[in-house]
Amino acid sequence: MLQDITLGQYFPGSTLIHRLDPRVKLVAAFLYIVALFSAQGPVAYGLCLLWLVLVTSVSKVHIRLMLKGLKPLLFIIIFTAVLNVFYTPGRIIYEFYFLHITYEGIALAFYMVVRIILLITGTSLLTYTTSPIMLTDGIELLLNPLKKIKVPVHELSMMMTIALRFIPTLIEETEKIMNAQKARGADFESGRLIRRIKALSPVLIPLFVSAFRRADELAVAMECRLYRGGEGRTRLKELSLTRADYYSLAFCLVFTALAILSGKIF
Amino acid sequence: MREIIKTEQLRFSYQSPETVLALKDLSITIPEGQFVAVLGHNGSGKSTLAKHMNAILLPSGGACYIAGMDTRDKSLIYDIRRTAGMVFQNPDNQIVATVVEEDVAFAPENMGLPQKEIRRRVDEALLSVGMQDYKQSAPYHLSGGQKQRVAIAGVIAMRPRCIILDEPTAMLDPIGRDEILSTIKSLNKNHGITIILITHNMNEAAEADRILVLSKGSLLIDGTPKEVFENVETMKSAGLSVPQTVELLYELKKLGCPVSLDGLRVNECADILYRFLEA
Repeated sequence: MLQDITLGQYFPGSTLIHRLDPRVKLVAAFLYIVALFSAQGPVAYGLCLLWLVLVTSVSKVHIRLMLKGLKPLLFIIIFTAVLNVFYTPGRIIYEFYFLHITYEGIALAFYMVVRIILLITGTSLLTYTTSPIMLTDGIELLLNPLKKIKVPVHELSMMMTIALRFIPTLIEETEKIMNAQKARGADFESGRLIRRIKALSPVLIPLFVSAFRRADELAVAMECRLYRGGEGRTRLKELSLTRADYYSLAFCLVFTALAILSGKIF
Repeated sequence: MREIIKTEQLRFSYQSPETVLALKDLSITIPEGQFVAVLGHNGSGKSTLAKHMNAILLPSGGACYIAGMDTRDKSLIYDIRRTAGMVFQNPDNQIVATVVEEDVAFAPENMGLPQKEIRRRVDEALLSVGMQDYKQSAPYHLSGGQKQRVAIAGVIAMRPRCIILDEPTAMLDPIGRDEILSTIKSLNKNHGITIILITHNMNEAAEADRILVLSKGSLLIDGTPKEVFENVETMKSAGLSVPQTVELLYELKKLGCPVSLDGLRVNECADILYRFLEA
């Protein structure tokens, strides 16, 4: 059961979107968010939607998968909508004691909901089409200039890589410990929340102890393989920008500019 | 032949006032190209010795030289580790990356080699352990034996002259053990890499050119497998067993049968018994 958890939810593929440089995809996601938050009026939102539909269709990610990502956030979406409908001042359409529904409120709620849906689906497209290791590489390279102000960029990305590497190992370990405790009569499934949380401590303590031991061994093994930080380190796969990367970046910049400008013009 | 590892009166204690010594004035010399097994009971000091050969531990007294380099010299530490690679017991705790080839590339990346050279070394290393078809796999999808082979490839990619393996088969099933043992033997025969295999498995040790038996931090016996396993009583006093075939011949000899004790493999033992029965 725990095996099914995959961080970042990457779905391998070989489409143009999958093959793009992770740096370009990260910047594109950032531009998309900028466009979405500066969007005003139906044309700007329409452009963002068009952008999302285009990229999704090229990436061949199934529409059902995109919508699945929205499910856990359904409550927040509805909550935002209700709040906006009732608490925006303006031309009153309907009044019920202290609640007023305004024309502006409905419009604002509609835009907010569209904005959240576009935001979630758009950004999840990034993790659907980029492997975690590519993402960490991309982040490391994008943050590289920050090294000048002593931000430990390489160390952070190495930590992310190792964390990703150890997720399946630690999940397996958790299952083993849980089974061992169950075999000795531990009960994880019944009782109130507090009781269940308490029942987890005999799982968490051995898990932490073993994680520390693993970390220790890994550190020695890494030193034995000549690791001494990011200084002077080269890479097996050097990321390099192709023509497709530049075109995609230009495409995203145009869309962002259009989305921002359209709000001003219309 | 040139010597690759040399210890002189090597002494080590885990406590700072040296109450208990893990290694007691150990002096050994290992020539390049040899396949050496280090046998010993728990607490005999065999892992401690292995960690000295890679400068993970530094001597409390005496000295340890790797290809003539003193492990106490801090400026030589990377050269020492590049010359003598180390493989540990648990493959899960020495694999760094989420893709096999990225993991094998870890050491060459740290060495700052150009991209083409890294690619060449990764392919070569994976080929030498027979894992070339798993380049793009995720390590956690592999079996224990395969993971350990990836770990060995990760060390080979440094092009070391010597590999120290600290109980590499202890966590593996019998198939995984065979995989590792044949990989080690092929690295020794075909690539001329010196192998130091720390183990407590008699059958693995029997495959080596030379066995060092450690007991309580001292060298008990040093010789070829046949010479070592003939000392059945000494081995037993150190808490070690001998291969089952030798055990059988030993028991027969005790009963007065004139058999030699050098049947380390099943067919050798059968030959000895056959000759005995014919006579």
